[in-house]
Amino acid sequence: MNDRIPGFGTLAVHAGAQPDPTTGARATPIYQTTSFVFNDADHAASLFGLQSFGNIYTRITNPTTAVLEERVAALEGGTAALAVASGHAAQLVAFQQLLQPGDEFIASRKLYGGSINQFSHAFRSFGWNVVWADPDDIPSFERAVTNKTKAIFIESIANPAGSITDIEAVAAVARKAGVPLIVDNTLATPYLIKPIDHGADIVVHSLTKFLGGHGNSLGGIIVDAGTFDWSKDGKYPVLSEPRPEYHGIKLQETFGNFAFAIACRVLGLRDLGPALSPFNAFLIQTGIETLPLRMQRHSDNAKAVAEWLSAHPKVAAVNYSGLSDNRYHALARKYAPKGAGAVFTFSLKGGYDAGVNLVSNLKLFSHLANVGDTRSLVIHPASTTHSQLDDEAKTRSGAGPDVVRLSVGIEDKEDLIADLEQALNA
Amino acid sequence: MNHDSYNDAYIREILNTVKTVAMVGASPQNVRPSYFVFKYLAERGYDMIPINPGQVGKSLLNKPFVASLQEIGRPIDMVDIFRSAEHVMSIVDIILTLNPLPKVAWMQLGVRHDEAAARLEAAGIKVVMNRCPKIEYGRLSSEIQWMGVNSRTLSSKRAPIPTQGMRLSLNRSSVGGGSTAAADRVAQQNNKDKNDTA
Ligand SMILES: Cc1ncc(COP(=O)(O)O)c(C=O)c1O
Repeated sequence: MNDRIPGFGTLAVHAGAQPDPTTGARATPIYQTTSFVFNDADHAASLFGLQSFGNIYTRITNPTTAVLEERVAALEGGTAALAVASGHAAQLVAFQQLLQPGDEFIASRKLYGGSINQFSHAFRSFGWNVVWADPDDIPSFERAVTNKTKAIFIESIANPAGSITDIEAVAAVARKAGVPLIVDNTLATPYLIKPIDHGADIVVHSLTKFLGGHGNSLGGIIVDAGTFDWSKDGKYPVLSEPRPEYHGIKLQETFGNFAFAIACRVLGLRDLGPALSPFNAFLIQTGIETLPLRMQRHSDNAKAVAEWLSAHPKVAAVNYSGLSDNRYHALARKYAPKGAGAVFTFSLKGGYDAGVNLVSNLKLFSHLANVGDTRSLVIHPASTTHSQLDDEAKTRSGAGPDVVRLSVGIEDKEDLIADLEQALNA
Repeated sequence: MNHDSYNDAYIREILNTVKTVAMVGASPQNVRPSYFVFKYLAERGYDMIPINPGQVGKSLLNKPFVASLQEIGRPIDMVDIFRSAEHVMSIVDIILTLNPLPKVAWMQLGVRHDEAAARLEAAGIKVVMNRCPKIEYGRLSSEIQWMGVNSRTLSSKRAPIPTQGMRLSLNRSSVGGGSTAAADRVAQQNNKDKNDTA
């Protein structure tokens, strides 16, 4: 009776895309248009009233971007997705559907530095109050729950230190508290970890990283797992109560298990405005076609480089959960059995100066503030991505002054190791 | 039959074969889900009949409201039940008096009544519960993809250009059935919780 379930590689190539009905074009065309004509006044009214499926204006929907959305939803095992202009925009739009001024959310302390900034400053200015918890101490999440808590936010693999979060343990806390678990799955991608399988209710990504994968386009996405009941206790009025801007529609009642994604689109993206360019959507979905191949290669290369570094006399420590002596290795084997990703940190015995020297002597690794490019990348987080945090917060998020972060690319691993060797010896 | 999840072939067969659909609880208010579904199915070529005793004498999108299923006066293929679970049994009582019986009874998103389903199935009527025919039609044709929804279907064929009033092809290949593994898990859990407290 059961329908066949295609594998991840098949979905990465096909999900969401189909030959263009008008021209037969097999690659998804770039619908680089702001607007779409209506058939007649009635058609226009039903589109504006959310009664029909179709396109009005690229800030809300676009056929190129829709392919990207369905593809990522399919790869994550979600019911629907909304693509936006950046990973940060995804977080903004997702939280805006959940929090009212004065509400709280709990976030892991081990996050991308930019997310720590966004939560501490921009979100606080909206009256959305972050309460930090320690992913290495799950009861700290439980202790942080109050009657104002509206969501819990973690990274599956945390940037920059590559540590693995026990998603199922945090999901159990979220379930008990009656709030959704949001997982930033940027560094893992659904190829390595599928947070929805472990209890996530919402997944967000910076598409800028491994999903796009080629370092050429910013983007972000929100995936609705379809698992959360927004109407059960009145805590999420945006989803459960009549919406005045749509003449009294109730979103969960109307859209069922993809209501959160619809809220993000027809309220969040419509009103806040961070739409993704269709051209970026095209580049990112082309990148995703090779995600399984790239991600495996990224992870295999990272493991080889991490092993080589751990044996090097000038290296003090390597933090890669793919190494068997790492404190996160058991979690890595449980959540990311195919590989522990491509981003990790290490520290040099020579401290801060040795880190700065290494970065300037590398010839193949590029010194820049990004991860998840085909090219290998290196950065000194303490003086860049995490520079706005105080020293204690830097160390807590895994970006102490002696730490260097790598994002290992898909080049030949022998060449990457040779580059690191010459730079360490220079 | 298991009503926690449906495979696509079951839903596709229903949507491809029914023509006349009576909607019990059709609302004339254009922000109610029943209005959305009525309008969409009418645009896709289904012969829609609105049932609502409080609206008799008025029309919904040019179709006159009928007071009850028994007053339609011609055979219907499917009853789309837009009423909450506590009203389902009395509607089933009426459905089972119809001659000929409809082929399908469809209960909307959020509506599930296993006892009612068992009675309908014993009379040879196919049952769908806790699903929306608009969402399922949009999903199987992939039209719903415009909204970023995971259609859970794939196709390498060129689709016909959708025009108003056109039936879309629902014959794309399925990705493991209509609902995701996570959605199935939640449905099973909810139903278990309900039975445990009952
Ligand atoms: C884990 C993680 N989340 C979110 C972001 C923010 O994404 P974007 O730069 O696309 O806004 C980043 C960017 O570095 C990241 O690494």
